[in-house]
Amino acid sequence: MKQLVVISGKGGTGKTIISACFATLAQKKVIADCDVDAANLYLLLHPEIQETHQFTGGMKARIEQENCTGCGECVNTCRFSAISEKGDGEVIIDPISCEGCGVCSYICPVEAIKMEHSIAGEWFVSQTKYGPFVHARLGIAEESSGKLVTEVRKKAKDIAEKEKLDLAIIDGPPGIGCPVIASLSGTDLALVVTEPSLSGIHDMERVIQMAHYFKTQTACCINKYDLNLQNSAQIESWCEKNSIPLVGKIPFDEEVTKSMVQGIPLTEYTNNSVSKEIKKMWQKLDKLIAREEIKK
Amino acid sequence: MILSVASGKGGTGKTTVAVNLALSLEGSCSVQFLDCDVEEPNAHFFLKPRIHQSQPVFIPIPEIVEEKCTYCGKCAEVCAYNAIAVLKDNVLVFPELCHGCGGCSLLCPEQAIKEKGQRIGVMELGAANGLQFIHGKLDIGQAMSPPLIREVKKHMNSTRTIIIDAPPGTSCPVVESVKGSDVSLLVTEPTPFGLNDLRLAVETLRELKIPFGVILNRADIGDKQVQDYCLKENIPVLMTIPTDRNIAVAYSEGKTIIETQPAYKQKFLELFKKVQKLIK
Repeated sequence: MKQLVVISGKGGTGKTIISACFATLAQKKVIADCDVDAANLYLLLHPEIQETHQFTGGMKARIEQENCTGCGECVNTCRFSAISEKGDGEVIIDPISCEGCGVCSYICPVEAIKMEHSIAGEWFVSQTKYGPFVHARLGIAEESSGKLVTEVRKKAKDIAEKEKLDLAIIDGPPGIGCPVIASLSGTDLALVVTEPSLSGIHDMERVIQMAHYFKTQTACCINKYDLNLQNSAQIESWCEKNSIPLVGKIPFDEEVTKSMVQGIPLTEYTNNSVSKEIKKMWQKLDKLIAREEIKK
Repeated sequence: MILSVASGKGGTGKTTVAVNLALSLEGSCSVQFLDCDVEEPNAHFFLKPRIHQSQPVFIPIPEIVEEKCTYCGKCAEVCAYNAIAVLKDNVLVFPELCHGCGGCSLLCPEQAIKEKGQRIGVMELGAANGLQFIHGKLDIGQAMSPPLIREVKKHMNSTRTIIIDAPPGTSCPVVESVKGSDVSLLVTEPTPFGLNDLRLAVETLRELKIPFGVILNRADIGDKQVQDYCLKENIPVLMTIPTDRNIAVAYSEGKTIIETQPAYKQKFLELFKKVQKLIK
């Protein structure tokens, strides 16, 4: 199975809209939403949920107050400032700051701290009219988003193997940190969606460097390219200089928002210039993905 | 006062609101600006600070003192992140998994583990006119932004009005950035994606017990669902910014709204007055 991940560095450049279009265009594929922090792809694909799984993230420390002597050892040892002593001497743990390292439970002289698994979210296996879809919801203010991404990708891979599908389309999160690395590692191609702003250019360069650091090949597309033609030209020449295929230049069009409001992937909503450009882009990507060099 | 600007969804205009608010306030009060979106910091494009100090940021990772190690395996057992593996006559450390908790070095029975710094990024301090500026930049290939965000926030100057530009999303980097704020602004757009991610951001801020208001950007696109949601949930919409191609073009060139449309300065000052009223 080949894997295509859609990333951007900067948020809000159009990753999800484009991923949904690919879901309508690709044959024999599984779709995965790895932006588990703020998952949106389901709003366009209207999944019928078939399986719901609980996601146990890391551990969280809990103090058994009846055994605590208030010695304060744990307060001093915690590097995440998650443990504090209240005015009345009661020692409390802030579950949001706790990173689950467990050091407090080891050093507590009276064994008053217990480590417990925390439910950090849910993930789902669904069916859509475009094919199987794996998605998730991270709990509020939870960590371990990278781990949840890995979980989603593992399931997508299982489904692809079982149903003999040859492609996974992965909608990735913004940024360049932990969940992005988890979404990208081991994929065959990363499509970087950028926009012609100074921020968009800067973030695109960083996310492409990140992809190359993890030895993933990249292709690039400019969304709303006509908003600033000069910056778009700069992106084009940067891509050329760095041998990154520029597979699409998508114009700005209000129809895109309208299709989102209707909850329909753009390529099914209209056949306007944006829709046509995305279809053309898909054909180029399809060839890139099939290319001999990136065969595993 | 610490004011953070956040949003679940990316690209809704966090940085635009944060920098325009900061620049509008400068003059009437002294402002410190913290760009905590350390994975993709962008505020410097608009504030154009002169950077006068640049310091690398490290997290402590274990270093094994081979001659003391007995390969007992205690360190691997206590590491919650699988960042250490002990073999028959070798110890492997995986720095990218290490959270720097210090458990291994503290609990090693032979005191055979020292800590050394692993660089995760850089913090830069500067000034733009009267405004103090700090941002972090995560090194390419590093996974963990929270320690870098913590480092940036250690330099908060409480004598000033502190404005924090947070990263998108709702998980640990966001929580780290907004934690401790007196008030937050959630910037969103009136679309189904905007609404979905606003709900998540609202839940996060409620969990953290931070008062907040909403700013509706590109207010005339999409549908009415975000307004309806805010009304139902009793969330104040403090400002609306209309769709304006001029704003989008100015943004793309690294220009602020108040630079190209000075009338907005008054609107941001009014916004600030409303924000102050939200703090109990």
